[in-house]
Amino acid sequence: MGVFVIRRLIGMVLVLFAVSFITYLIFIKIPGGDPAQRIAGKLATAQNIADIRLKLGLNHPFYVQYYDMMKQIFERKLVSYQSQLNVVGQIEEGLPATFSLAIGAGIIWLFFGIVVGTISAITAGRLSDRLITVLALIGISMPVFWLGIVGRYLLAENHPFGFLPDSGYVPITQSPVQWAYHLIMPWFVLAVLFIGFYGRVLRSTVLDTINEDYVRTARAKGISYRRLLVRHVLRNSLIPIVTLFGLDFAAVLGGGAILTETVFQLQGVGQYAAMSITTLDLPPIMAVTIYATFFIVVFNFLVDLLYAWLDPRIRPA
Amino acid sequence: MTTDTGTELGSDSFADLAAEAHGDIAGRSPWVLAWRRLRRNWVALAFLGLFAVICACCALAPVYAHHVAHTGPNDNHVGESLVVHGKTIPIISQGGIKFVNGKTVFTPGGIPIGPQLWRAGGRFVLGADGNGRDVAVRLLYGGINSLKVGIGSALICTFIAVILSLLAGYYGGAVDFVISRFFDLIWAFPVLLLAIALGTALSINGFHHFGITIPSGSLWIPTLVISYVLIPYVGRPLRGQLLSLREKEFIAASVSQGAGPLRVMFAELLPNVASTVLVFFTLIIANDILTEAGLSFLGAGVQPPNPSWGTLIADGQDRIATAPWLAITPGIAIVLTVLALNVFGDGLRDALDPRAKVRIEH
Repeated sequence: MGVFVIRRLIGMVLVLFAVSFITYLIFIKIPGGDPAQRIAGKLATAQNIADIRLKLGLNHPFYVQYYDMMKQIFERKLVSYQSQLNVVGQIEEGLPATFSLAIGAGIIWLFFGIVVGTISAITAGRLSDRLITVLALIGISMPVFWLGIVGRYLLAENHPFGFLPDSGYVPITQSPVQWAYHLIMPWFVLAVLFIGFYGRVLRSTVLDTINEDYVRTARAKGISYRRLLVRHVLRNSLIPIVTLFGLDFAAVLGGGAILTETVFQLQGVGQYAAMSITTLDLPPIMAVTIYATFFIVVFNFLVDLLYAWLDPRIRPA
Repeated sequence: MTTDTGTELGSDSFADLAAEAHGDIAGRSPWVLAWRRLRRNWVALAFLGLFAVICACCALAPVYAHHVAHTGPNDNHVGESLVVHGKTIPIISQGGIKFVNGKTVFTPGGIPIGPQLWRAGGRFVLGADGNGRDVAVRLLYGGINSLKVGIGSALICTFIAVILSLLAGYYGGAVDFVISRFFDLIWAFPVLLLAIALGTALSINGFHHFGITIPSGSLWIPTLVISYVLIPYVGRPLRGQLLSLREKEFIAASVSQGAGPLRVMFAELLPNVASTVLVFFTLIIANDILTEAGLSFLGAGVQPPNPSWGTLIADGQDRIATAPWLAITPGIAIVLTVLALNVFGDGLRDALDPRAKVRIEH
């Protein structure tokens, strides 16, 4: 186990390095991405551009530039080319919104995904199952930003059935009630896709498990249906859901809810990333990529550990 | 307890097949058997039909634009007006102040004309946008671009993933190590972030490296970006399947008869994963259309004035309060298309291999 953990930790560092380096190469190699020219503007002289290059260290070889940028990120000194604001500080400002969105939506989609999947599986073939299957399919077929726009149009204040705030984020420290009130719609909009998806996965794993020999044995021994379902069937069927949840949750924490954050103007890390990308602002893009990849590799690792703990057969030797 | 194997799966027992063949048990290929199962799943076939209808409608966009709507996808009609039931209505409403019974009534202007259905003889069936362009025409032309990007990137993505996983599965060892690390690396990238970053960066000046030139507004940019970021979603499960297949006896038999690497890969291994690949392909198109919409929504996909369903939603977003049809209609088009592909993909999976666990993860 120890060797496994150490090997995975080294792998994580390597992945972080590779991902950041590739991101860097992409943006250095892109024509028109030359930051000096972009900062200097259209009327700049060659001398202006040369000065900016010197100031930002852009005349160094690319690997030196990469090293400098990484060093600045870890020393929290990196500033944006566009706004001159500290990049790490900007990400930290976005964290509360992104975490609020991810945690709330995660609880909702996990809860409803399990409920919907279980109901669908134990009533397989009946009307409720058909209905859930259809709704789940529609759920996974909707673009999340479109659902957000339509939701805002129908349910936000000053609109046909409006009773929710239109958009924006209120810090929990300022007013917990307003915080939840503003986040209800983003939570559900983000959760819809995952509810449909998890419901479908759980339905099929429960149906697989329910036909296993050990379930039949447990029934033969006279166990109650509820106990059978919770202790024997669900417990085993939830393993794939645990994996999925770990990875999806990490992606959303890492700013993967770019579309939801943008539609609802939540000012989170995802929206910061989207804004920086439209201006091709390299420092924030680098920092957000590293931040997001960090969550992905860490949660990948945690899922593997949890998996090994849940299922001894896959425990690494 | 009722189980999953309802009408469409369990009914093709050997007895049924034998009875149909009048007592002669004829050998049938797995594809024929799969088609028999699929044929009975009318829901899946109906949704395949829906997808075909959507594709056909989009393909006929120029015909519709020319003969029915009498306008192009990028033709502005600001300042013009439309005759509906003998009344003349401006395409973009003019606001103004009226005095009615001594009160001032202010009407805001600049609101495009709403869906006319067939009232104006085929013009502005789904209304106009802020520039006085025909939404129905733009929707169909946008569909062409969305479907091109979706199907094109699914083709490229599946092709590359199949080749890489065949190489990894056949050679194993060091080749497998390199290819699976490549999959891991893309897997670890924040996918949407990477796609948006690549899409935005490339759409500024295009791509001019390695002797390849792609101009900046090209549809190839979103197509290639989307296919690249989704490679591991197909490649990883395929590789796993192929690694277990290569240990099977029929591979050893084939090798012992002198089959070379290409023959083993394409004549022995590939047919055994073909059904998985086919199902993946269908579901990947659905996923790609959604990804394209997301990229275009953020301005990193199809570039204006080229319409696509994602850009149409983005354009309509700001006018949702006064002209909701702008954002709602392209969204419905996406939902119908993706739903059709998902339902058909599910049916195809059940027909080809009821036990297969092919799923697209988001």
